[in-house]
Amino acid sequence: MAFATARSPELEEALGPGSPIVVFDRVSLAFDDNVVLRDISFTLIKGHTKIFLGASGSGKSTILKLIVGLLRPDSGVIWVNGERVDNRTEADLMKIRTDLGMVFQEGALFDSLTVAENVGYKLLEEGAPDGEVWRRVDEVLGFIGLSEFIDRMPAELSGGQRRRVAIARAMSYKPRILLYDEATTGLDPITADTVDNEIIKLRDLEEISSIIVTHQLRDAFRIATHEAVHDDNGLRIVPADAAKAREAEFIMLKDGGIHFEGHAEELRDSRDPYLRSFLS
Amino acid sequence: MLKQVEQWVKAALLEVQEYVQLVGRVSGAVVTRPYYYRDIVLQFEAIGVGSLVVVSLTGFFTGAALALQTGQTLDRFGARTLVGQLVSASMIRELGPVLTALMLAGRVGSGMAAELGSMAVTDQINALRALGTDPLRKLVVPRVLASTVMAPVLTVIADTFAITAGWIISVTNLGVSTSTYWTQVQEGLYLGDAWQGLIKPVVLGLVIGTVGCHVGLSARGGTQGVGRATTNAVVVASVLVIAVDFFLTPLLMRVLY
Repeated sequence: MAFATARSPELEEALGPGSPIVVFDRVSLAFDDNVVLRDISFTLIKGHTKIFLGASGSGKSTILKLIVGLLRPDSGVIWVNGERVDNRTEADLMKIRTDLGMVFQEGALFDSLTVAENVGYKLLEEGAPDGEVWRRVDEVLGFIGLSEFIDRMPAELSGGQRRRVAIARAMSYKPRILLYDEATTGLDPITADTVDNEIIKLRDLEEISSIIVTHQLRDAFRIATHEAVHDDNGLRIVPADAAKAREAEFIMLKDGGIHFEGHAEELRDSRDPYLRSFLS
Repeated sequence: MLKQVEQWVKAALLEVQEYVQLVGRVSGAVVTRPYYYRDIVLQFEAIGVGSLVVVSLTGFFTGAALALQTGQTLDRFGARTLVGQLVSASMIRELGPVLTALMLAGRVGSGMAAELGSMAVTDQINALRALGTDPLRKLVVPRVLASTVMAPVLTVIADTFAITAGWIISVTNLGVSTSTYWTQVQEGLYLGDAWQGLIKPVVLGLVIGTVGCHVGLSARGGTQGVGRATTNAVVVASVLVIAVDFFLTPLLMRVLY
């Protein structure tokens, strides 16, 4: 089955544990006179998590769209998985996107397809044998606990179920990077916890690097400070130790720039008035 | 005021530029792989088979009304027997292509704009791109191909219904015999008319498909945006159908006759 792109052993080694998997170098973007991003630079390490916080319109979702190549920056350089994406044609980007999964706000499921067809969409498009596709769809829907909804249409699902199917669709082809755009916004706390747990499980059990855009602080802290463990007692979500918690980094955007960059503890202890107002 | 006019002109030029770019990209995509055969077949069915009833009814009633009206006018010159000639020539050259295209603009153009517009405002188009699918090939090419190919087929069907309706009216209301009517239908037609009646709908179908897709993909601003896109698709496609027909007619007359 054609999952994420094959790479040379040299590149694989260079992109091994501890190596950068997404790099933004002085990236700027404006829509007419409205500057959305100004000189944004950050690095996501393989297997780690970046959580973008900020008010509505602060450019959080724009960063995800730049990573996937849905938008082009006015200036600056973007590297994803060892490939530069800011100057590629749409055809080149299609190849790079095989290693990227994105969960859109509200899920963006295809209305005319069933849950199974949505989840298996990319594998079917790539021409994978039907049997293998449906086996993978079963596996992924089982992972997120929605096996019984396999033949439903998206319109028949609740908001939380739609987001979880969107996560299943994004992980079906085993990308190495997953991008979440407001995956828990508008969900009740219990459903949001379920979605958070899926994100944690994918990061810790499937070793997927994650970039999360949200303004739900509760969910952001939960993802940053918990980890998934699979041992004799089964699969559990438990508080992360200090070293694991430091693998998740917060970036607060304000007026197109980075206002704060640090770990959960540093964010909690910050005396910055803007951060305090956001946290309160 | 001057600034507003300037902005309007700029926006209009940008719209035209984006439309021309879309047409160019569709032309490129039609002759290169990959093709989404399943989507192409589905669109042929939705646009072609789905429009059969509306196009047949339009043709039938237009032909019937045309026979009634022209029968009276021709009476003044003692030429009622020429009604078959008038119905067939008017329908095949002009009314068939234009009315079928207007029906398609209303039924198909609006459908494309609404469907693609909903996908655009709910991020489904971006989701397609993020999943490595080119929306142009998956969504636009099948719709444009279907409207371009099916428009002439539907026009021929509309013409057939119109001429048949003209025959029924001629026999029942105007007292023209069946053999006279059909002889006049044949005598009134030249080979150029048939070509004109087939070439025009191809161009008009292309216009309807590309306008519907362009307007749909450009939709912004939630359900209101989708509503605006749907209305715009019908209005722009209908006006363009009539305008393109006006410019195409003398060109085809020069080439075909």
